[in-house]
Amino acid sequence: MSFLNLNFMYIKPIAPELIITCIALILMLLDLIVRRKEVIALVGIIGTTLALYLTFKVYGLAGPQTVFNGMFVLDGYSSFFKFIFYINAILTICISLKYMEIEKAAYGEYYALLLFATAGMMIIASALDLIVLYLGIELMSLSTYILVGIIRHDTKSNEAAIKYFLLGGFSSAFLLYGASLIYGLTGTTNIGAIAAFISEKGFAGNQMLLLSMALFTVAFGFKIAAAPFHMWAPDAYEGAPTSITAFMSVGPKAAGFAALGRVFMVAFSSIKVEWSTVLIPLAVLSMCIGNIVAISQTNIKRMLAYSSIAHAGYALLGVIAGTNSGLSSMMNYMFIYAFMNIGAFAVVIMLRREGFKGEDLSDYEGLAKNHPLAAALMLVFMFSLTGIPPTAGFIAKFYVFMEVIKTGHVLLAVIAVLFSVASAFFYLRVVMYMYMKEPRGEVILTTSAPICIALAVTALIVIVFGIFPSSLLDFVSLAISG
Amino acid sequence: MVPLSWYIVLSAVVFSIGVVGFLIRRNIIIMLISIEIMLNAVNISLAAFSHYLQDIRGQIFVFFVIAVAAAEVAIGLALIIALFRNKPTLNVDEINIMKW
Amino acid sequence: MTTLQIFFIYFAVMTTLSSILVITRKNAVHSVIWMLVLFVHIAAIYLFLNAELLAAIQIIVYAGAILVLYLFVIMLLNLREEDTKKKFLSQWPLGLITGVVFIMFFILILGKITVFPTPGKYSVEFIKSEGIMMTIGKVLYTEYLLPFEVVSLILLVAIIGAVVLAKKKIS
Repeated sequence: MSFLNLNFMYIKPIAPELIITCIALILMLLDLIVRRKEVIALVGIIGTTLALYLTFKVYGLAGPQTVFNGMFVLDGYSSFFKFIFYINAILTICISLKYMEIEKAAYGEYYALLLFATAGMMIIASALDLIVLYLGIELMSLSTYILVGIIRHDTKSNEAAIKYFLLGGFSSAFLLYGASLIYGLTGTTNIGAIAAFISEKGFAGNQMLLLSMALFTVAFGFKIAAAPFHMWAPDAYEGAPTSITAFMSVGPKAAGFAALGRVFMVAFSSIKVEWSTVLIPLAVLSMCIGNIVAISQTNIKRMLAYSSIAHAGYALLGVIAGTNSGLSSMMNYMFIYAFMNIGAFAVVIMLRREGFKGEDLSDYEGLAKNHPLAAALMLVFMFSLTGIPPTAGFIAKFYVFMEVIKTGHVLLAVIAVLFSVASAFFYLRVVMYMYMKEPRGEVILTTSAPICIALAVTALIVIVFGIFPSSLLDFVSLAISG
Repeated sequence: MVPLSWYIVLSAVVFSIGVVGFLIRRNIIIMLISIEIMLNAVNISLAAFSHYLQDIRGQIFVFFVIAVAAAEVAIGLALIIALFRNKPTLNVDEINIMKW
Repeated sequence: MTTLQIFFIYFAVMTTLSSILVITRKNAVHSVIWMLVLFVHIAAIYLFLNAELLAAIQIIVYAGAILVLYLFVIMLLNLREEDTKKKFLSQWPLGLITGVVFIMFFILILGKITVFPTPGKYSVEFIKSEGIMMTIGKVLYTEYLLPFEVVSLILLVAIIGAVVLAKKKIS
């Protein structure tokens, strides 16, 4: 296809991305004429739901469809990640409506940027070319940097954004250097063509290939916040608006995993042994640092930041397994993680009110006395994050660990289980504070209809998929097969 | 004729200088400039590969990198201005409301 | 050693030197001026590689737009008192060692690099007969349509971000 051929068939696979982008642009314009932010949020949710419907309609049907000269692919893998991104966007919009007003940063651009970031993530999931992958990562990251710093009168938010920005830019440069070496080695930037060239020429042990793989590992390590490339995460998560913390602990992380899975499983498939040797210490270190340092945190956002580092470690296990079913266990993990994490942050957001941060662990003391429902929801999310049955978090961890054992990394699975037991200490401490301690002062919850809906949905999913996981597993297996 | 390896070594050296600049400086603006240096190093290697592979795609990649670099600088400097309004410092070790 | 190689060595040495100067100057304005020198020399290196358009873009975008933006912000922030403070982080030797390890590692691996894939059709003669603008334009607007559109989104986000973040507080 050397000339423009813009008939409908040609752009059909990219329709969800186009919808999200168009809605983002409409939101920008709508912000000029509509004063009520609820309308803007509603339009955003409707647009995202439309895109979700379109993706759902083609999900698991035909094989992969590539367009734009093999740069963009619509397949089950990308569609599944797109579900995570849609859910992430919708839930984030729900939980941020009231919250951004309290923070006095209710700008209309906020919602447009959320959707631009989502569009970037979708492009990452669908990218079959390193150039498109890089641009998708940049679209996602640049939007997220702005969102982190959007409370511009708050020094903490500014600082978080600067730190996130500097380390994000630094890691992007590594990604580019890796991409340039791969391009020099193989003469192409197409992920499929790279794999074909490497296996055809028998380049598996080539030093340049290994160097490029190492550079990619560094870059993706930053994006998914795996130790030792996690130093930005606690600060960025703590300083960002809480709704954005929820957004960026799910979306960019899942997008990073989507890119990691695509690049490592396809382009670097011939050096699987080498990259899994590199990823294993990354995963172990992430679980170690995430779970151990989280114990000493007193700020709940910071604690959840370290927990998200640990969860990156668990999800990495699925990639380390290096099989298609391992990959699907990682996808399953990210899907469930999206719900339980956003749910936990939704409870954190409810504690925030004018003049009261509600981010300290001690603010949760005796929450169950005054607000039994909120405490019960937090209990569910904390159980799920720990991985206690019958919540979905258990299913997520169980399948990841099983895949690792299947590929012979028994020791790794044992380490993961041990750290997962250790993590109970700080997750259940929140529960202990809520149920065992006496309330210190009056905690008033800021509730609104959207945040209640978001909480209900997340809690429901976490419990239902914990008890009946088979439907979710069937859904995930469609992604790999189609 | 200049051999390909010269360009690549030059690019590697400039890239490493960018890395060092990022890691050792306190001033945020110079950290940002160091990222620019790293991107320029990547551009040199991409253009060199493009020439020696007789393939135009490397040059196109450079275009995209330059465009993204411009966008990144705009956002980075806007963030710096927003920070500076609240806290007049540009030293990364003084940006420490939250511990690093 | 041919004349071309001697010229290349000049530009390579100047590129390295000016980038070292950029990261070691105390005054940010001096850094930016050295960055101008760096960018001009990199543009010259693009000319060695028959990438005339890239050289022009390098000057126009980097030297013309990005550098001016830096200078503008540095002047705006009025960083006079910054000059008196120390310029390196306390853990600077660690960074330096990392850099040296990087350089050695890269040179070890990349020093003997050769071209593996068969060269494509865009030889110097081909580009000469077609014209560099025409060649790049044809590929950029057909084969690379999708990334081109994504870049337009990125630039839009940058505009939004710059406005949202740098705007004064609205009362």
